[in-house]
Amino acid sequence: MKNFRSLAAVMAALFMTANAASAEPVKIGMITTLSGGGAGLGIDIRDGFELALKQRGGKLGGAETEFIVVDDARKVENAKQIATRMIKQDDVDVVTGIVWSNLAMAVVPSVTRAGKIYISPNAGPSALAGAKCHENYFNVAWQNDNLHEAMGQFVTDQGFKSVYLMAPNYPAGKDALAGFKRFYKGAVAGEVYTKLGQTDYAAEIANLRAAEPDAVFFFLPGGMGINFVKQYAQAGLISETPLYGPAFSFDEGILKAVGEAAVGTFNTSQYSHDLDNDANRAFVAAFMEAYGRKPSLYASQGYDAALLLDSAIAKVNGNVDDIDAFREALRAADFASVRGAFKFGPNHHPIQDIYVREVVRDGDTVTNKLVGKVFTDHADAYAADCKM
Amino acid sequence: MTLVLFLEQTLNGLQLGIMLFLMAAGLTLVFGIMHLINLAHGSLYMVGAYVTASATMASGNFAIGVAAGVLAAGAAGILVELLALRRLYGRDHLDQVLATFGVILTFNELTKIVWGPHALFMAIPDTLSGTIEVLPGVPYPAYRLFIIGVGLMVCVGLRHLIVNTRLGMLIRAGATHREMVGALGVNIDRLFTWVFGIGAMLAGLAGAMAGPMLAIEVGMGESILILTFVVIIIGGIGSVRGALVGALLVGIVDTYGRAFLPLIMRSVLDPAAADSVGASISSVTIYLLMAMVLIWRPRGLFQAYGG
Repeated sequence: MKNFRSLAAVMAALFMTANAASAEPVKIGMITTLSGGGAGLGIDIRDGFELALKQRGGKLGGAETEFIVVDDARKVENAKQIATRMIKQDDVDVVTGIVWSNLAMAVVPSVTRAGKIYISPNAGPSALAGAKCHENYFNVAWQNDNLHEAMGQFVTDQGFKSVYLMAPNYPAGKDALAGFKRFYKGAVAGEVYTKLGQTDYAAEIANLRAAEPDAVFFFLPGGMGINFVKQYAQAGLISETPLYGPAFSFDEGILKAVGEAAVGTFNTSQYSHDLDNDANRAFVAAFMEAYGRKPSLYASQGYDAALLLDSAIAKVNGNVDDIDAFREALRAADFASVRGAFKFGPNHHPIQDIYVREVVRDGDTVTNKLVGKVFTDHADAYAADCKM
Repeated sequence: MTLVLFLEQTLNGLQLGIMLFLMAAGLTLVFGIMHLINLAHGSLYMVGAYVTASATMASGNFAIGVAAGVLAAGAAGILVELLALRRLYGRDHLDQVLATFGVILTFNELTKIVWGPHALFMAIPDTLSGTIEVLPGVPYPAYRLFIIGVGLMVCVGLRHLIVNTRLGMLIRAGATHREMVGALGVNIDRLFTWVFGIGAMLAGLAGAMAGPMLAIEVGMGESILILTFVVIIIGGIGSVRGALVGALLVGIVDTYGRAFLPLIMRSVLDPAAADSVGASISSVTIYLLMAMVLIWRPRGLFQAYGG
């Protein structure tokens, strides 16, 4: 009997250790845009995230990590379906990856309501930062308005009195112009919302010329930005009426496609590949070696999303099922962001510096160069509306 | 709003219409004559743009680039016809939609493998890079004028092909009396391959023309494809003349909508609401146009050759 008892104890102990060794891996689901217009953004985010994962031997925070990536093709229906599958079928612990605010608005509330953590590596719609904020939602990039707010300040500092504004007709477009106008003190010469995914801007450019502004502020990410900048330059306007925008309108992908046309323009960003800090120098070198191109701000955000998770998973020793502890660990944001100083505000959105970059020639290529800082420790305007 | 701005917007509408015509002409021929719904028409446009950009970069000559792009799109089209679409002529439209959607995915992936996921750079040729003052105080991009010229030339050429040549005669006859043409000893299969090749080359030309002006990226064909379908439905399926009229109508209505609707809305609503309402309505104007045309003429403005 005694033998039997000790045998049972040994077996129980064995069972438990076996159980601990084969502990469920941390499951991370990434929903992002990998095909169609705007694929460049999602691919950058994924590549940034995967780089961090690879550097850690496929583990985050020392825990086995299962990483699932699914393409949403920038379609709301797709994103919702994928999210449902990830929550119900794959039973992921964390969802991340969405590029576009209209998709984020459709997906994020259902993810957080299901008790999962959502880490946004890009979209930061105002609603999710304010009244609809959620304790399970973290944005590691920016609140949508932030980079536009910085440009509003910069354009005002440059002394422009009449600026023409342009953005796509979707939540981030509205946030963009609201953010710009929050810090811009001059007159608005015109305000235009264009179709998401629009290719031809001839009509808008003709109206813009007729309005005779001093400068143009435009938020057109991905292919839309390429279309607009090419056509704006061809209309002979770039030397007459300078272009200003957030980094989304001048990321490395866009600059590669528009080339010389963008040289001499300014844009605002929380990140630049020439930011001078140790984490960033290592990141840029590793990214260029892995993918053969300079990291864009999107790539840096994907990388930081992985770093944030890495730090939090390590703090809870891989036990992400203890969601309260995991959430606290995320809130601490105890990682070396490639953008330098980084912390979360009360609504889980970044408090960070925002810089201005100039587009310059660099040998045969065209790239962004850091030229100054607009805001230090900048927080978003919606935190006060967030009751967590 | 001034008269000059109105005229400039009209010119913009014409230019957009011409671009759409290049796409629609090929699609309507294939749809009308071969009764094939080809969603992959946009992929041929993408092939035209990518090959033109690469060949222009390699040779340093825009004309060589365009020729390469058009030929590559034609070759890709014929290849797809021989390998895949030929089996679909007798099937119903749903099968064709499914199969050609598969062709889109294949082309998108292949493009990503060959050229990578990021948009390609393509410079505008120096001779076409400036602006020309077409109206007092309106410097118009020379390249857009060039597209209008190319489009008009294609118009004239297609008309000549369809009205005056033996191939054109067979195309017209094949559209309406397919069995009879076959019974008279014409090789219908080869005729269809020719028609498809011509359509593919036109799509390639549209892509080549778009290259210097638009983002050359994977999936660029899908956004223009939807507009192209609207064009051929308005114009009447199978009619090249209908495609021209439909394309110009869509181009002008879309441009006017984007240019003037927000201004009109501002006179009745407060500015913030007007901008977003105007933008929302202007993104659907062409669909409203299509609905109105279909109520008035359920088979489109021009019915294909007696059909």
